[in-house]
Amino acid sequence: MEFYGVYILWLRDLKRYMRARSRIIGSLGMPIFFLAFLGMGFRRAQIPSLEGISYIDFLAPGVVSMVVLFTGTFSGVSVVWDRQFGFLREIMVSPISRTTIALGRTLGGATTAILQGFLMLVVSFAIGFRPDFLGMIYSLAFMVLIAISFTGMGIAISTIMEDIHGFQLVINFFVFPIFFLSGALFPVEEFPEYIRFLTYLNPLTYGVDGMRWSLIHFSEFNPIIDFIVIGAFSVLVILISTILFNRTEVG
Amino acid sequence: MIMMRFTFPLKKDFIEGDSSFFVVITEKSHAEVEKIIKVEELTKFFGEFAAVKEVSFEVERGEIFGILGPNGAGKTTLIKMLSTLLKPTSGRAFVAGYDVVKEPQKVRQNIGIVFQEPTLDVELTARENLDFHGRIYGMDRRKREKRISEVLELVGLSDKADVLVKKFSGGMQRRLEIARGFMHFPKVLFLDEPTLGLDVQTRRNIWDYIEKLRRDEDVTIILTTHYIEEAEHLCDRVAIIDFGKIIALDTVKNLKERIGKDTIEISVNGEFESILRKEKLSVVRTAESLVLSTSDGEKLIPKLFSLAQEHGVEIQSVKFKKSSLEDVFVLLTGRRIREESASHPMLRRIRR
Repeated sequence: MEFYGVYILWLRDLKRYMRARSRIIGSLGMPIFFLAFLGMGFRRAQIPSLEGISYIDFLAPGVVSMVVLFTGTFSGVSVVWDRQFGFLREIMVSPISRTTIALGRTLGGATTAILQGFLMLVVSFAIGFRPDFLGMIYSLAFMVLIAISFTGMGIAISTIMEDIHGFQLVINFFVFPIFFLSGALFPVEEFPEYIRFLTYLNPLTYGVDGMRWSLIHFSEFNPIIDFIVIGAFSVLVILISTILFNRTEVG
Repeated sequence: MIMMRFTFPLKKDFIEGDSSFFVVITEKSHAEVEKIIKVEELTKFFGEFAAVKEVSFEVERGEIFGILGPNGAGKTTLIKMLSTLLKPTSGRAFVAGYDVVKEPQKVRQNIGIVFQEPTLDVELTARENLDFHGRIYGMDRRKREKRISEVLELVGLSDKADVLVKKFSGGMQRRLEIARGFMHFPKVLFLDEPTLGLDVQTRRNIWDYIEKLRRDEDVTIILTTHYIEEAEHLCDRVAIIDFGKIIALDTVKNLKERIGKDTIEISVNGEFESILRKEKLSVVRTAESLVLSTSDGEKLIPKLFSLAQEHGVEIQSVKFKKSSLEDVFVLLTGRRIREESASHPMLRRIRR
């Protein structure tokens, strides 16, 4: 593995991100509406497992996680775009190893996801979210792990995707279920028993819970467990995506 | 022409003769000439379909080597195996001395590739694309900056360095890709259909750049094409490939000589035939004209005129037809090269 290679790929992702202003803003649209309108709509709703916490405070860490999840997965899957538009070949015939490429793309995608997540956090202040200021530092750690996990997942998926037509499939049957089953919108405890085990299998559940613990000191699990689960998952995903990436022929 | 591009160490052997001794200057023996590419019985199957069948050839350092064949003949598959993008089903290949299967990274360090389809990052500028490339090939900043302005100069894009690639025309993008392909001083540059889909003028333009490249850089160029003129114009040697097999491999000149010849048809005022026969030219008399066949028509025409003038004969008209690689291809396969060989359903898939 070559560190300079990882750095270059990371730098490329960052440059492209900085240049795509409309995408930065566009992709924040949906989560902002989620936060604003769900927050307003459920303003007075009583959720039994949430005593004393306003819904907007509960929701904001979830929506920030959502942004990280979506941005990360998309930028991972965007390797398929690179394949479609040929740029992947330029990288694949270069002397840097496949492992370097997978890691570079993961870190690049994860960084943009973290930046987006942070931007969402700032925007949420305007909507009325008041997090613990110091807790934002802890939340950053969770954001990093969520970002790496799902960017890596995206890359792993991209290696088995033929072309960009599978993209919609990934969003509808992978990203959305993960989002809804993560406790981002309501506590996982509210799920009926027979569905709840799915949320326990969902790594994002622990990421969201960790975020919420950091930002508003409310959590359903022990934050240390949150950290271990999402951390272990991100390592696993990096390993899997690297192995899958090493096996791809560009053709 | 090829030989002149690099110097052989001259070996001076003193051989004792009967009365004196001779100085014998031997060129490097054939085996010692540097073979930058060696391909041994390379084969690639896609399922049941053999895209490349037991192909063997060697390329010398400094050559422009052409792989000519119709669409779907296996050219791109061959290039992809040599550039480590596809793994061969069987057989071996060495590029710059490294095995493409066992040492892919070493091979990649030593080659540059320009693919058929564009592989630029259109969201970046020309300079950024080149800078990215220089970095992944491990060039340091100073070397990179110097080289970027050099290669941009060579392909005539210096004034477009900081323009986003998505604003480039097709020809400009191709030129940038070629510039990028040889930016890291590769020993071998693969050009897969470098002028596919470009208009005639842009094509000539690209040819000029390729020729300039071979003059200015120490690089061996392997190019695939299904344009006969391109192979004729650029290549030292050409392998003609059809249905995954090499069916002929030689210099353009030798290939053409296999089938023959250029023909010159002249009509004259006066007795000229006997004069031409005296010059040992092959002449056929038709009702209105004389038809000469020769291996080098361009040189013969001026000679004909001076002969005519010498003997007071007036040449009234001249028709000249060059022999071309197209004729060679037709001779070997019974088909024209541009006929879409749609007979095989797998072909479209294989080409990608």
